[in-house]
Amino acid sequence: MGFSQIIMYAFTFIAVYVQVFFLITYIERKKDLILRRHPIKLLRYPKVTILVPCYNEEKTLYGTVRSLLDLDYPKDKLEIILIDDGSKDNTWKIIERFTKYKNISAIKKENGGKHTAMNLGIERATGDFIGGLDADSFVDPEALKRIITYFNDPETMAVAPSIIVHKPKNILQKAQKIEYDMAVYTKKMLAFLGAIHVTPGPFSIFRKKVFQDLGSFRKAHNTEDQEIALRMQENGYKIEHCPDAYVYTVSPNTVPKLYRQRLRWIYGFIKNAIDYRHIIFRKRYGNVGILTIPSGVISVLSVIFLFSFFVYNLSKRTIEFVEQYQATGVWWSFGVPQFDLFFVSTKAIVFVMILLYILIILALLVGRSMTEGRVRVSLDILYFLIIYSVLAPFWLLKAIWNALWSKESSWTFERRVQG
Amino acid sequence: MVKPQLENRKDFEWKKYVIVFFITLGIFLTAFWFSDYFANRKIKQIKDIQNTISIDILSSETQFSLLSELSCKDVDNSTLSKELNSLAEKISYSEENIGKSSEVTELKKYYSLLEIKDFLLMNKISERCGKKIVSVLYFYTTESNCSECVKQSYVLTELREKYPELRVYSFDYNLDLSALGSLISIYKIEDTKLPATVIAGKLYTGFQSIESIEKLIPEIVQALEKQKAETEKENKKP
Repeated sequence: MGFSQIIMYAFTFIAVYVQVFFLITYIERKKDLILRRHPIKLLRYPKVTILVPCYNEEKTLYGTVRSLLDLDYPKDKLEIILIDDGSKDNTWKIIERFTKYKNISAIKKENGGKHTAMNLGIERATGDFIGGLDADSFVDPEALKRIITYFNDPETMAVAPSIIVHKPKNILQKAQKIEYDMAVYTKKMLAFLGAIHVTPGPFSIFRKKVFQDLGSFRKAHNTEDQEIALRMQENGYKIEHCPDAYVYTVSPNTVPKLYRQRLRWIYGFIKNAIDYRHIIFRKRYGNVGILTIPSGVISVLSVIFLFSFFVYNLSKRTIEFVEQYQATGVWWSFGVPQFDLFFVSTKAIVFVMILLYILIILALLVGRSMTEGRVRVSLDILYFLIIYSVLAPFWLLKAIWNALWSKESSWTFERRVQG
Repeated sequence: MVKPQLENRKDFEWKKYVIVFFITLGIFLTAFWFSDYFANRKIKQIKDIQNTISIDILSSETQFSLLSELSCKDVDNSTLSKELNSLAEKISYSEENIGKSSEVTELKKYYSLLEIKDFLLMNKISERCGKKIVSVLYFYTTESNCSECVKQSYVLTELREKYPELRVYSFDYNLDLSALGSLISIYKIEDTKLPATVIAGKLYTGFQSIESIEKLIPEIVQALEKQKAETEKENKKP
């Protein structure tokens, strides 16, 4: 067995390990999974402040704020603060239109980045619970109430929602929808394990105490939503996930946009993992340091490895093909190859890979049943598997490259959730 | 001051990590078991083919000895030649993709032996029946990085496709088989001059292109052209 084969087996082993870990967790904790299909009423409605930081979001801001106003939550208990982080378009005009509502206030500031906008909002917030909502996302009317029920546990310090791709139109967005659905499953399993490493920008709700105790948002390589979660985990603050609190987000509709978004996420993940390396493989920090961060790092490495393995084999085959042409002067000499079961590979890695794909598709279907209420198989799954295996290596490679040279991805204020 | 809440952390269980490890290990071992099972089946398949070929050759030889004046029309070994070719493909695939190197080497030895027997039988038939049978003995090596050998294999595969009448027997020079050793010493083949081909009893070393081999086997090339012309004629007939 060659060296590359051993690495291949090691990576697949870890990938299968993580999937089995989640599956066992799912089987173990299925009874604790709460998915409410009907409106609920709370006994007590605590005061919540929602911050909407915006930078050049004239197109989607209206819908975002409307969805907040449509939340089924008493208006006097829901404070909305719209923060214009120095937009250059008509964002401020749209914000002004909303100031007629009693529970909406607006702040205009110099551009400083999302974390500065959030921190300014936190200073002004009067709620006991504080959350953000990116101006490209929309909340389901039931979402807030459902999230608040998780705070009945006094130990719960933050709750992340389930994020769903808003009206996917093209194949790229449909593929992303599959990924987000799968992330819902992963996120819930991580929550069961106390190992969530991201409290996504759209509609993660925090106890005010978190910011009082641990301080405000940091720039954190433009992934402040990862950093705050790691800081909370470092200090043993419990993060929950509310799978039936749905938030819809507009996903990148072109490859370059998706590439930039992922570059920022992965770069942020790598840099934050380095910043928080002291929690890795330390029992006192729990599963986040033993399962989440290491498996994230390994999945980055394994995609890179698989990609180079693929490129190597492809170029090898091409060279062989050219050599064959040079030797015989014929491009295709063997006629129609006869199908013979004998030549179907029966290497162990093939069986393991098939099982791994089954586990992934299973995870995806469970995630889908959590967001859609039923298991549905569709062609999008195939798009997802193909598109991501082709594109992901590029942003992963670039992110590693940038992290090596500490090249911060440019601040475009494009931000989405990390699954 | 931040009050650490680490004592609340009840979610970490070593036991689960260990259990999942053993489950994953079990999955991998099962995969290896399956892989081994199929590898054995493939080797058995090769063995079965070899047995059939072996019986065929033995039967032809026996037939040949029994009837000194064998009706030459009955001798037709082209199907056997095809079987040998597909066997060669399967063995070389197994060499690359199935780990069981000692078993595959055994198969390869047996295959080489069958080739030599077929070659000898063909020579006898050719002598007695006056039937011109053109064969190519091809010697290659897998030990040192022999890029010429790879090219030569492409050429011979192509020729075999083009001229089904041509009988190509390929031998791994480094195979430890005494019969093969004799063949190598008969034609005085040196391991530094590989690839080597023996065409119509004459030795050629180094890479031989399609054109140069075609020149050495005029009877086969002509036969094919004749055949082509005839079929064209027939096609033209209404």
